Amino acid sequence: MRGIAFAIAEAIDQEMAGNREIVVMGEDVTYWGAVFGFTMGLHAKYGRERVIDTPITEQTFMGMAVGAAATGMHPVVSLMFVDFLGAGFDQMYNHMAKNHYMSGGQFAMPVTVLTAIGGGYGDAGQHSQVLYGLFAHVPGFKVVVPATAYDAKGLTLTALRDRNPVVIFGHKLLTGLPFLPFEGEEEVVPEEPYTIPFGQAAVRRAGDDLTIVTAGVMVPRSLRAAEQLAQEGIGAEVIDVRTLVPLDVDTLVASARKTGRVLVVDEDYQSFGMTGELAFRIQAGAFDALKAPIQRLAVPDVPIPFSEPLEAAVIPSVEGIVAAARALVGARAAAD
Amino acid sequence: MWKPEPALTDLRYLLDRAGLTRETLLAQYRLMCLIRAFEESIADRYAVGKTPVFNMAAGPIRGEMHLSSGQEAVAVGVCSLLTDADAVVSTHRPHHHALAKGIDPGRLAAEIFGKATGLCRGKGGHMHLFDAEKRFACSGIVGASYPQAAGAAFSFRARGEAQVAVAFSGEGAANHGTFSETLTAAALWQLPLVIVIEDNLYADSTPKWAALAGPHQSPRAQAYNVPAYLVDGMDVIDVYAAAKRAIERARAGYGPAVIEAVCYRYRGHFEGDGEDYRTREEVEQWRALDPITRLGRRLVRLEWADEATLAGLRDEAERAAAEAIRFAEASPLPEPHEALMGVFA
Ligand SMILES: Cc1ncc(C[n+]2csc(CCOP(=O)(O)OP(=O)(O)O)c2C)c(N)n1
Ligand SMILES: [Mg+2]
Repeated sequence: MRGIAFAIAEAIDQEMAGNREIVVMGEDVTYWGAVFGFTMGLHAKYGRERVIDTPITEQTFMGMAVGAAATGMHPVVSLMFVDFLGAGFDQMYNHMAKNHYMSGGQFAMPVTVLTAIGGGYGDAGQHSQVLYGLFAHVPGFKVVVPATAYDAKGLTLTALRDRNPVVIFGHKLLTGLPFLPFEGEEEVVPEEPYTIPFGQAAVRRAGDDLTIVTAGVMVPRSLRAAEQLAQEGIGAEVIDVRTLVPLDVDTLVASARKTGRVLVVDEDYQSFGMTGELAFRIQAGAFDALKAPIQRLAVPDVPIPFSEPLEAAVIPSVEGIVAAARALVGARAAAD
Repeated sequence: MWKPEPALTDLRYLLDRAGLTRETLLAQYRLMCLIRAFEESIADRYAVGKTPVFNMAAGPIRGEMHLSSGQEAVAVGVCSLLTDADAVVSTHRPHHHALAKGIDPGRLAAEIFGKATGLCRGKGGHMHLFDAEKRFACSGIVGASYPQAAGAAFSFRARGEAQVAVAFSGEGAANHGTFSETLTAAALWQLPLVIVIEDNLYADSTPKWAALAGPHQSPRAQAYNVPAYLVDGMDVIDVYAAAKRAIERARAGYGPAVIEAVCYRYRGHFEGDGEDYRTREEVEQWRALDPITRLGRRLVRLEWADEATLAGLRDEAERAAAEAIRFAEASPLPEPHEALMGVFA
């Protein structure tokens, strides 16, 4: 299978077939499969009663998801680009994420939100963001960032069986759709349904000299960087967090204790986001084993610019990761 | 909202009533031709590197591309009543509005190519065009134009200026809460705001019938005591006549208005759109109503221009568009370090 879009759509299809409570809603979820393919094929199979194009009304359809979830359904809602969250975020962060807690546990919120993230293809400041850090910041959302088709399918099935709001952040450059560059790989994905539990990071590559912790499209990019680093004799361990919430701190800490050096790579804005949070959690468990301060590489707190050389200057690249890793390992000489 | 073609005497009457002269009409024809030529040239350049496989990230122009061919009459009919000091807030489909507002085609094209000479030095791109001198802004976020234009209108009123602000939007955008909320505020404070809805019958792949229970957006304005005009968006004269009333009213301090112009986009929602949500026949039907051809025919009927004059204007427009593209292509890209500049004023 090529890419996460097919995998997510297949997972929804398999679960929808047996669960009448699942409906899919959002803008252009029928003909366009929510633009990035996450709902493709569902309209043809389930029709407009269960696969529903909404008017451009994010606040309303997110709020409807809250109300429908509170009365027994499991809405699967598309937020076409994560960048549009501002148009519907109140219903998400003040209600979808909080109603279970605020109702003293009376209302579960089984909602699965699908959203497309990421830049690198020239779509500029309002269509290239990642923003999962914003969701992870608000208590009540589970935050899923699949990096492979295998994970995308298994994590989506877990989301569809979860009684909580789960936001699945699918990177556009991992969708496998022909109109976008593809940075993933062709994979074997089992036909039958399977689940992957949340909160289990995946060690994508083993290494002894440093740990690169990352998510989304930065996983394949970090793996490419690790290959280059290997040629220079630097062994990079690459860890895909897979879910930011819940977070598998143990795997991160164990790796940090092993290598003593950690680089966190993120396509989100640098400050007050995933990189800082992961660094904090890792140092809390591995401080005595660290040989150098934890480093990070992320978008340097500017909006994503349109023009290619500008965009390339701010989104972490393979070369950027290699350079950051080298610098971090170079710190070994000083520390050893 | 197609309207029948008026008989010659009626056409003269309508022009008279709208205060449209030969000179203005010819200028509108030329501008509409420029927009069409500009959009089609951008489409050509955008396609470079994107065949046989359409890859949005390839070629000299990257990212999404929403073109306005077919919708020229709306932009031109409205903007020919504006001055540089009036404000326009546009959308993800902004080129026709920008050109009609008088933005330099070269700097516009350069921005679309991501060049240092572009309107925003390459930082904005095609959906995010800004020109302070022309008081022009836009947004890739649907529904974002309304409140910002209302804010400009508020500012004009507060400062005692006679300018108006225009918010362009699609019919899909008018379903967004910002439309209703903006009308609430603009009607309450009688702001000099004109909302122009380009009803091209589709929002992305979603036909209007699948997103709106009623036939039109403009009647909603009545609920706020705001006058609304439903016009033929493929007819620059009809658009102009309504816009004139709306804009003059607003300038005189009598508050906001809504114009809904029914029109059609000839190209896909964005370039690369497979368009499986509409039929070829439908597109052809609307081609018969091409606003440029229609205006040309009227100019000939009025004997305000002959075929040769029109051809001359079209050539002139083609040359201007080509010149803009040449300027853009020849311009340098911005330096990478500029990416880190300009977050704060
Ligand atoms: C808040 C928000 N939601 C969704 C989108 C995605 N989107 C871009 S254009 C568009 C359709 C807009 O339709 P309409 O307002 O009719 O304008 P048209 O494209 O027809 O000119 C949508 C849904 C967006 N940009 N912003
Ligand atoms: Mg539309």
